[in-house]
Amino acid sequence: MTSPNSRSAFWLGVRHGAPFLFVVIPFAVLFGVVATEAGFNLAQVMGFSVLVIAGASQFAAIQLITENAPTAVILATALAVNLRMAMYSASLTPHLGAAPLWQRALMAYFLVDQSYAVGVARFEKHPEMSRAQKTAYFFGVILPICPMWYLMTYAGAVMGQEIPPEYALDFAVPITFLALIAPALRTLAHVAAALVSVAVALALAFLPYNGGLMIASIAAMMAGAQVELWLKRQNRWT
Amino acid sequence: MDMSSTQIWTIIALLGIGTFLIRFSFLGIIGDRELPEWVLRHLRYTPVSVLPALIAPLVLWPEATGGQPDLARILAAAVTLLLGVTTKNVLAAIFGGAGTLYLGLYLLG
Repeated sequence: MTSPNSRSAFWLGVRHGAPFLFVVIPFAVLFGVVATEAGFNLAQVMGFSVLVIAGASQFAAIQLITENAPTAVILATALAVNLRMAMYSASLTPHLGAAPLWQRALMAYFLVDQSYAVGVARFEKHPEMSRAQKTAYFFGVILPICPMWYLMTYAGAVMGQEIPPEYALDFAVPITFLALIAPALRTLAHVAAALVSVAVALALAFLPYNGGLMIASIAAMMAGAQVELWLKRQNRWT
Repeated sequence: MDMSSTQIWTIIALLGIGTFLIRFSFLGIIGDRELPEWVLRHLRYTPVSVLPALIAPLVLWPEATGGQPDLARILAAAVTLLLGVTTKNVLAAIFGGAGTLYLGLYLLG
C-alpha cells in the first residue's frame, strides 16, 4: 500500500464502506444487548464478534445455546448460515487470489457481507485495477466496518446489563432474522425455500436435539433449487 | 442456559475456525475454480432455508409466554416481514417490528 495509486484506492474503499455503518452499528449493538440478556458474559459476547465476525450466525448460535441444543446442531446450523461466504470466496478469487498468503488469510477473515458486496461490484466495474489496488480497496472498505462491529458489540453488551426483562428482548432474534430474510425473498424459489423451511420446522418441532431444524433446512434448500430449475425450464428465471 | 463456560468457549472457537475456513476456502486453498452449478444452486438458498426454520417455533410458541401463542408477538412478526418485503430495508423492518411488539404488549398485555 505504498504507491499513490494503492493509497487512493484504499481511501476510496473507506468512503464506499462508510455508509454501511448505518446497518452495522445497530446490528452490533443489538447482538451485544441480546447476547448479554441471554446470559453470556462480556468476554464471550466479544469472543463471538471478534472470532466469528458474522452477525446472523452469531444470533443463531446464541439462540440455540439458550435452548440447550447439542453442540453439533449449534455448529451445523450456524455454519450453514455462513455457507454463502464460500460463494463470496469463490467469486473474489479471480480478483484477489494472486495476493500473498497472509493477505488472503486476512481478507478471508474480513470477508463479510458488506466487504464482499462493495468489493466485487467495484472489481467487476473496474477490471483495470491492479491486484495491489484491489487489495488496498478491499481493506479500505473494511476499515470503517469491522472495528465498529467490535466496538458497538461492546457498547451493546454494556447496555444489555442495564435493560430489564419487560422489554421482551426474547423477541429480538425472531424480529432481526425476519428483517434479514424478507428482503432476500427475491424470487419464487426463495419464497418456496422459506415456506418449506417454516412448514417442516413446525411439523417436526417435536423432534429432540433440534432435528426438525436440520431436516427443515435441507428440505428447504432442495425446494429452492428445484423451483429454480423449474423456473428455468419455464424461461421465467431472471 | 445450562452450558458451562468451557462448552460455550468451545462453540465460539469452533464456530470461528469453521467460519474462517468457509471464507478462506477458495481464496486460500481451492483457488480460481468454479463451484459446480448444482452446489451453487443449493448454496443460494442457505440463509432463507435455515433462518425461517430457526425462528418459526419462536414466533408461534415463544418461551416468554410459556410456549403459548401470543398475539403481540405474532403481529410484530407479521409487520416485520411485511415491511422487509415491501421496503427491502432491514432497519425499517426491525424498528417497525419492535414498535408493533411494544405497542401490542402495551395494548394487549
